[in-house]
Amino acid sequence: MSDELIDKTDKKRKETNGHSDLKETNTGVKVKLFYGPEDLSNLNYKAALNDPGQYPYTRGIYPTMYRERLWTMRQYTGFSTSENTNSRFKFLLEQGQTGLSLALDLPTQLGLDSDNPMAKNDIGKLGVAIDTLRDMEEIFDGIPLDKISASFTINATASIILSMYVVAAEKQGVPPAKLRGTIQNDIIKEYIARGTYIFPPEPSIRLIGDTIEFCIKHIPKFNSVSVSGTHICECGATPVQGVAYPFLTGIAYIREVLSRGYQIDDIAPLLSFHLIAGGVQFNFFQDIAKLRAARRLWARIMKEQFQSKSEKAMQLKFSTGGMGGGLTEQQPLNNIARIAFYALAAAMAGSQSMNLPCFDEAYAIPTDEAIRTSLRIQQIIAHEIGIPDVVDPLGGSYYVEHLTDFFEQEIKAEMERIDKLGGILKCVEDGAIQKQLAHQAYEIQKKFESKEMVKVGANRFQIDEEEKELEVFEVDPQTLIRQIGRLEQIKAERDNIKLKNALETLQNAAYAKKNLMPYIMEAVRSYATVGEIVGKLKEVYGEAKQASIL
Amino acid sequence: MSVKRPIRILIAKPGLDGHDKGAKILAKGLKDAGMEVIYTGIRQAVDSILTAAIQENVDVLGLSILSGSHLSICEELMGKMSKEGLDDIVVLVGGFIPKKDVNRLKELGIAEVFRPNSKINDIVDFIQDKVSNKEMEK
Repeated sequence: MSDELIDKTDKKRKETNGHSDLKETNTGVKVKLFYGPEDLSNLNYKAALNDPGQYPYTRGIYPTMYRERLWTMRQYTGFSTSENTNSRFKFLLEQGQTGLSLALDLPTQLGLDSDNPMAKNDIGKLGVAIDTLRDMEEIFDGIPLDKISASFTINATASIILSMYVVAAEKQGVPPAKLRGTIQNDIIKEYIARGTYIFPPEPSIRLIGDTIEFCIKHIPKFNSVSVSGTHICECGATPVQGVAYPFLTGIAYIREVLSRGYQIDDIAPLLSFHLIAGGVQFNFFQDIAKLRAARRLWARIMKEQFQSKSEKAMQLKFSTGGMGGGLTEQQPLNNIARIAFYALAAAMAGSQSMNLPCFDEAYAIPTDEAIRTSLRIQQIIAHEIGIPDVVDPLGGSYYVEHLTDFFEQEIKAEMERIDKLGGILKCVEDGAIQKQLAHQAYEIQKKFESKEMVKVGANRFQIDEEEKELEVFEVDPQTLIRQIGRLEQIKAERDNIKLKNALETLQNAAYAKKNLMPYIMEAVRSYATVGEIVGKLKEVYGEAKQASIL
Repeated sequence: MSVKRPIRILIAKPGLDGHDKGAKILAKGLKDAGMEVIYTGIRQAVDSILTAAIQENVDVLGLSILSGSHLSICEELMGKMSKEGLDDIVVLVGGFIPKKDVNRLKELGIAEVFRPNSKINDIVDFIQDKVSNKEMEK
């Protein structure tokens, strides 16, 4: 370039403050060629950033962050059948693991017993089948429940599974106050993305309120809700929606419990979030900025809208994960690089916990090697390359602070837009959100197929390679036979009069809109099945209709 | 002379799995290609899928299966279809289908299996070919 041309370009850039160079990123955000002091001229350090551990927690919720305590490294350790879950758990405990994660099969998640014809293809697949308390007792047999933390991927039937866990502990002599763990218990994203809903939204949210209330009173160490933004991002939600919708969801749960006379500072600390770093619409700096913005916005909402006074209520606790959606089946080792970038973004954003996808996830049930590699990625970031030494290392970056402001405004605007349309519940009930996400997912697919969106190895820089053989979950017919046999036996052995009374009392409590937890626990003690409890509640609540999405 | 109507297709999600992003993307793609698309929604029993196929008088039935239950579902469905005399409906399967199962599915009468990484346009072309050939055979 001639000097004259450089001068001219420079002049133009100054005149337009860089806006002549706007470029659309892979996520549709328009960015300038570079950012400078003028982009942060309105930044007030104390109000917008402040030191780590100080309101509004933009730079992290704890003053010392990873220097004192690293993020929790979790890797999903695969699925298990009821037969080997107990021994697998005991093995993991011997290895020094203290947190156990229980995956449940789809029938259990949907309130269908193993002898229900709709369940036949899915029993014991993707997780353990739990029909009655007996299954829960056997899974945790000989495992001291006051010494471990258990997490359950369960939503529509969370109140029942939690009740079974509490009763199983009771039988071991462990009081509820000593139990630690997490239930996912986030129904709204089930209507939007994951599909394991049973009842209509309104009673479902009341049930979530029941579990939160029960946890506040009796199991204070239990995380009663993990509100997830990751599933909806895999279904087409934008990065902005991936924070806005879980925030609206969390607020809906909070309002439900507030209406029962609790204070914001009792409720909010029990909520945690699972947000995406990675995935189909990953952009390194934007994902970091989005999570910093999320922290600031949540603190402001808690303080300004809900008059929270407690730090714990204002601090946004989140785990991060990129699910497999951004990974490719082609040249799978490239995924290790992608996963490392996801993890680096999550660490630089100050996440409390990380679970990463695995490099073979696009075509297989992750192997031990792939699971271990994802754990090693976290350990390399934690112990080898200096990331934990300084809190919020990108704080003050012209670009990242600009993006943080941008995402805070966009997330807020999306929350307001949904509220104007009648709120998150209405938009989920009438399918407006599902429709929009389906549209966005379709647009992403078209961009991928037209190569406008680059996926290295999949639509650019391809090589000739054999198509990988897919691995899918197959049901062991023995699992099915054993589980149904066991269910028959329990049904024959239990006190059916006591059971009938418990179920009827539960149903009356549901009609009366009482907190159902004590009633569900009573039914569980009588060895009621998950399906019997759900059946009684269906008679009261009805079933959720599927919103039309086309 | 008969007026040519658009191809009608039912996209269905049998079984309990609720992940239907792929089903919805394809439904939209087929619609954009000028077809009439009906989507059953998730968690459908084989019987209700067949009822919908009959009521909607479809040319094509597309099953989206990610749960690994494709063989047992397709055995049940194809058996019932031939009993009901619905053999002229073109049945397609998409989703997580291992290569080793493709031939078995075709033996059951599935016209084609679209595995992950299939392109919308390829599916559109296949359907158009298959349905117009069928009309000519009549």
